[in-house]
Amino acid sequence: MNTSVSIKDLSLNFGAVSVLKDLNLDINDGEFLVLLGSSGCGKSTLLNCIAGLLDASEGQIYIKGKNVTWEEPKDRGIGMVFQSYALYPQMTVEKNLSFGLKVAKIPQAEIDKRVARASEILQIQPLLKRKPAELSGGQRQRVAIGRALVRDVDVFLFDEPLSNLDAKLRSELRVEIKRLHQSLKNTMIYVTHDQIEALTLADRIAIMKSGIIQQLADPTTIYNKPRNLFVAGFIGSPSMNFLHGELTNAGGKTAFVSNGVTFSLDGYQTEQVLQPGRKVVLGVRPEHIKVNENIGAEVHEATVDIEEPMGADNLLWLKHAGHTMSVRIAGSRRFAPGTPVKLGFDMSLASLFDAASEDRI
Amino acid sequence: MADTGTLNTTAAGIDAVKPKLGAGPSGPRPKPMLSGRNIMLYGTLTIAALYYLLPLYVMVVTSLKGMPEIRMGNIFSPPMEITFEPWVKAWAEACTGLNCDGLSRGFWNSVRITVPSVVISIAIASVNGYALANWRFKGSELFFSILIIGAFIPYQVMIYPIVIVLREIGLYGSLTGLVIVHSIFGMPILTLLFRNYFVSLPQELFKAARVDGAGFWQIFLRIMVPMSLPIFVVAMILQVTGIWNDFLFGVVFTRPDTYPMTVQLNNIVNSVQGVKEYNVNMAATILTGLVPLIVYFVSGRLFVRGIAAGAVKG
Repeated sequence: MNTSVSIKDLSLNFGAVSVLKDLNLDINDGEFLVLLGSSGCGKSTLLNCIAGLLDASEGQIYIKGKNVTWEEPKDRGIGMVFQSYALYPQMTVEKNLSFGLKVAKIPQAEIDKRVARASEILQIQPLLKRKPAELSGGQRQRVAIGRALVRDVDVFLFDEPLSNLDAKLRSELRVEIKRLHQSLKNTMIYVTHDQIEALTLADRIAIMKSGIIQQLADPTTIYNKPRNLFVAGFIGSPSMNFLHGELTNAGGKTAFVSNGVTFSLDGYQTEQVLQPGRKVVLGVRPEHIKVNENIGAEVHEATVDIEEPMGADNLLWLKHAGHTMSVRIAGSRRFAPGTPVKLGFDMSLASLFDAASEDRI
Repeated sequence: MADTGTLNTTAAGIDAVKPKLGAGPSGPRPKPMLSGRNIMLYGTLTIAALYYLLPLYVMVVTSLKGMPEIRMGNIFSPPMEITFEPWVKAWAEACTGLNCDGLSRGFWNSVRITVPSVVISIAIASVNGYALANWRFKGSELFFSILIIGAFIPYQVMIYPIVIVLREIGLYGSLTGLVIVHSIFGMPILTLLFRNYFVSLPQELFKAARVDGAGFWQIFLRIMVPMSLPIFVVAMILQVTGIWNDFLFGVVFTRPDTYPMTVQLNNIVNSVQGVKEYNVNMAATILTGLVPLIVYFVSGRLFVRGIAAGAVKG
């Protein structure tokens, strides 16, 4: 597969503050890559570097095999969509869409053709004569996407495009962006702090923390096999259950012991040797704990502390040997607080982390 | 008035309470007109308004009286016989030095000073502010600080050096020289004004324009300026009133036949020969103050909006 955007040893410093450190990233042609992280992790800075709106302190950026490190944004073959839409308030939607093309001195007939195509794809034809102030948030963001679309570029950059919208519109536009990517097949780089957007949209997710990519993988791998504790805790809502303890030897097999309770590690896959006595953290996702049904051989006792019904799901907060644990079950199954329950853990879906290095074992 | 006010409150009280006695208070709380707060508020406003309007009233009334009536001494009484002669005299006949063509000469001088000074200073300062806000270059903060310090240096310190500079380049005493001086002295405060306004505009707009391929001037002229009408109006008002009302630079940098209106007004009012013609003086003063007054009336609302936009969003 061809590389579309390639970042080599990129560093960026604002004075003494280092925002990006020796960052390497290759993005494939037609790939939807999501940069995910909490605020201040450098994901927007990285996007601005790719766009050419910030100068790199060190390193290189290649787009379509061309070194664009010193190029102006307009010469990089990118289109960008901003969180605040950034529509020119004094221009109509049509003028907003055609501004960049007029600046590039493209013939009027070609401009009309491209504006017509973009407005058809995004279904904004009825809005062309309006000004941004007369549009709703969702319509504005469509126009902002259209402005990137008419530029006929190889790479689309999205900087938290849905963060200013309300929840319902956000999920609608999310589907539309995915549909857009499926029909256009452009490379898209999408910055967000919303893990649902990342998991639903991405071909691959790059999770960032303090200017460093923590894990770069497809959403399934990120969700099921997080590379370290940070990724494991960041992805998933409610968060993964973490149990601190150590490895031990029980009946000739390696097991995990925490607060005096032993968990068999049958089914856990790792290439490392599980040395008894090693301090580790066991991570189990709320939906990977079985309650009363299909428990398996090993049974753990717990009591229901709080129940949070969410419609489709039902979230139980349990007390289990000194731990508080969240468990997600079907919404139809209800438990009153104080009910004793039996738990089963599926170790093939769990994660073990070294307590010191916080890396996955 | 007090009676009516009390009556109204009482009436409203009966209406609101009687049917809802069981339910307790409901809907908007009745607000008495004659509360202590209202009396303080409107009283202060009335006194402040009178304080500013009374002198204007005296000036207008006096300028419409003949000299015999003025000598009677009732400065607050309206004119018994309205005459426009003092206005005509102030505009076209009053003598300053050798010229006896009234304030009209000074008026046109002031126009020729104010218009180019306002246009040039705003044009340069807006570009300055835009560059400092959006195109940060190495040392731009230092450059900005130096410019701001310029706003705090008293004019008197600079006068003599500027006289020498203008003399050396052969512009001393000409209107061009004064226009240059006004444009330079307007620079610190106007640049600050424009920079703060442009900083308050969303940065993403500027980024979007750059991605669209627009350059320095295209972004300025096609994106920034159309969004900045309020701040341009504020700058215009500041400059028009400031330059029109300027006396110090006018008297230092021009000659008698190029004196601006303010300097000429001073010469008319302070002439020591002959009778003091109070009505002509009043008319001349009103004529001189008319331009800033009209500017305020026409663009006052935009002025407030611009000041608010610069302050709140920053």
